[in-house]
Amino acid sequence: MANVFTNIGDWVTERAPNMMPAYRKHMTEYYAPKNFNLWYYFGSLALLVLVNQIVTGIFLTMNYNPSAAGAFDSVQYIMRDVEWGWLIRYMHSTGASLFFVVVFLHMFRGMMYGSYKKPRELVWLLGMLIFLVLMAEAFMGYVLPWGNMSFWGAKVIVSLFGTIPVIGGQLVEWIMGDFLPADATLNRFFALHVIALPIVLLLLVVLHIAALHEVGSNNPDGVEIKKGPKGNRWDALKPADGIPFHPYYTVKDLVGVGFFLLIAAFIIFFAPTFGGWFLEHDNSIMANNLVTPAEIKPVWYFTPFYAIVRMIPSFAGTAVWGVLAMFGAIAVLFLLPWFDRGKVKSIRHRGTGYKVALGLFVLSFFGLGAVGAGITAEVIPEWFGDVDLTTYENAFGRLMTLIYFGFFAFLWAYTHFGWEKTKPVPERVTTHD
Amino acid sequence: MANEVVDHGRRRFLTATTAVVGGLGIVSAAVPFIKSWEPSARAKAAGAPVTQSLAKIEAGQMLAVSWRSLPVFVINRTPAQLATLPEVDSRLVDPKSDGASATQQPKYAQNETRSIKPEWLVIVGICTHLGCVPNFVPEIKPEPFDPNWKGGFYCPCHHSRYDLAGRVFSGVPAPKNLEVPPYHFIDDKTIQIGVDPKEAG
Repeated sequence: MANVFTNIGDWVTERAPNMMPAYRKHMTEYYAPKNFNLWYYFGSLALLVLVNQIVTGIFLTMNYNPSAAGAFDSVQYIMRDVEWGWLIRYMHSTGASLFFVVVFLHMFRGMMYGSYKKPRELVWLLGMLIFLVLMAEAFMGYVLPWGNMSFWGAKVIVSLFGTIPVIGGQLVEWIMGDFLPADATLNRFFALHVIALPIVLLLLVVLHIAALHEVGSNNPDGVEIKKGPKGNRWDALKPADGIPFHPYYTVKDLVGVGFFLLIAAFIIFFAPTFGGWFLEHDNSIMANNLVTPAEIKPVWYFTPFYAIVRMIPSFAGTAVWGVLAMFGAIAVLFLLPWFDRGKVKSIRHRGTGYKVALGLFVLSFFGLGAVGAGITAEVIPEWFGDVDLTTYENAFGRLMTLIYFGFFAFLWAYTHFGWEKTKPVPERVTTHD
Repeated sequence: MANEVVDHGRRRFLTATTAVVGGLGIVSAAVPFIKSWEPSARAKAAGAPVTQSLAKIEAGQMLAVSWRSLPVFVINRTPAQLATLPEVDSRLVDPKSDGASATQQPKYAQNETRSIKPEWLVIVGICTHLGCVPNFVPEIKPEPFDPNWKGGFYCPCHHSRYDLAGRVFSGVPAPKNLEVPPYHFIDDKTIQIGVDPKEAG
């Protein structure tokens, strides 16, 4: 039997001599730093969720009807009549939210340990592109059930482009293919959601990993193992502080996968709507172009960005500023490697100013999320009694917006003018033997 | 056959022209695909005028009429509500609708009440910010979102506020007053939305 496999292997190698070397380069001979911690689970988990979204998505399309007349009913049909349809849909909807959970944590890891810094700027940029495509993908997927929140979400998001001077109005009609979200809109979003964007996403993921494997992984100490001593148990020329990705990190990641699946399964089986956070109640009503839901708010992962739009008033006869600020909030993340001029990567060796600033940045992200999700609208009357809600909410939201952008401005000044007092960076990863 | 000397200028020229012609071809080929996203003939055709009787709209009430799939609010304003309009002028972005909102209404509705007849407000219920339908909040009493509320429209999406003539308050995301559609009175108790008075003759 073993002979047969060897023969097949030889047969393939003879015709495609670079296939096994490519596998080795990315798996058994990719030497990753040996000091990865819990924060390093989220990349592989994102990949796992992506696979889940693709597989469950393919099965959802088999019963989904992408038309304004039939979409809502077909989703109910999947939930009630299709055998196990509810499970497949809940796996897809829960997967969407958990995708953002792991991606946010993955990005935060990158910020914390300076993984965006030279020589990994390209890895960061490709990752940010993935994040951007993921947001588009999530938004269009959210429109497909054609509930009332789907409809109004589509209306608001597409109208963001309407604030662009001169061409805005026409652009909105072009995106929607009608004067409001309609059959044409739903159909094209479906096409983009199931074909165009997933292809782009997969390509970007391949490039993200390829770019990472060129420069090698960063680690919690922020030291370059390639610059450290050479020679490990497997290869005399490879970094001493590196271990083969397979089997060492594949096995480690499997532990993360097990833990993650436990949490995911709990949500899917016991709290698939997650109290209205993963699936919103108002979306159980069919799309109605004459009635906006009373409490309109986006899904949780868009709330910080949505809050920024809400906090910026119109000026000089146009609402474009809020939209610019929202896209700006993503643009500054793209440019993070150039805002941060500091040479020290990991938070372990960085100045107190950086630690405080990063903490405030996270706080502002949650604060904006609270504004966007309507939490502040609930707690302000509770805490402060009968006050002008708009004034209080705007004051808080604008402060949070200021901190969000302030982080990047501070980071630049802090590192550019040399105010940062860093600790010495060790020669090797701290856990070497 | 071998060419000993490579003519680099010629090679560059051929590369450049091939790239330009090929690029033009790609751009031209993209046009039909981009155009296919525009509203189809069927979508454009669904925009006929709407006739609405006003007989059953009591003073202070609102009726939402669908015109081109847009919600058009028809409101019968009370004298008390009309009296609030000058009171809020100082808090508005464009109280006379002659600045940023100059094109938000036909000429015949560019007045203090933004209407043909003072009591009848006919307005597109689409927030000028990002297109939600604002709520009609007609009572003149303090509201959680505004302690000095004089009645008007409140958008649930991004909390923009408008007065009872659809004029936008300052300090909210929406930049312009609500749009007044073309409309005219067929008789005292009937309006037609989508047609200007002069077009109707």
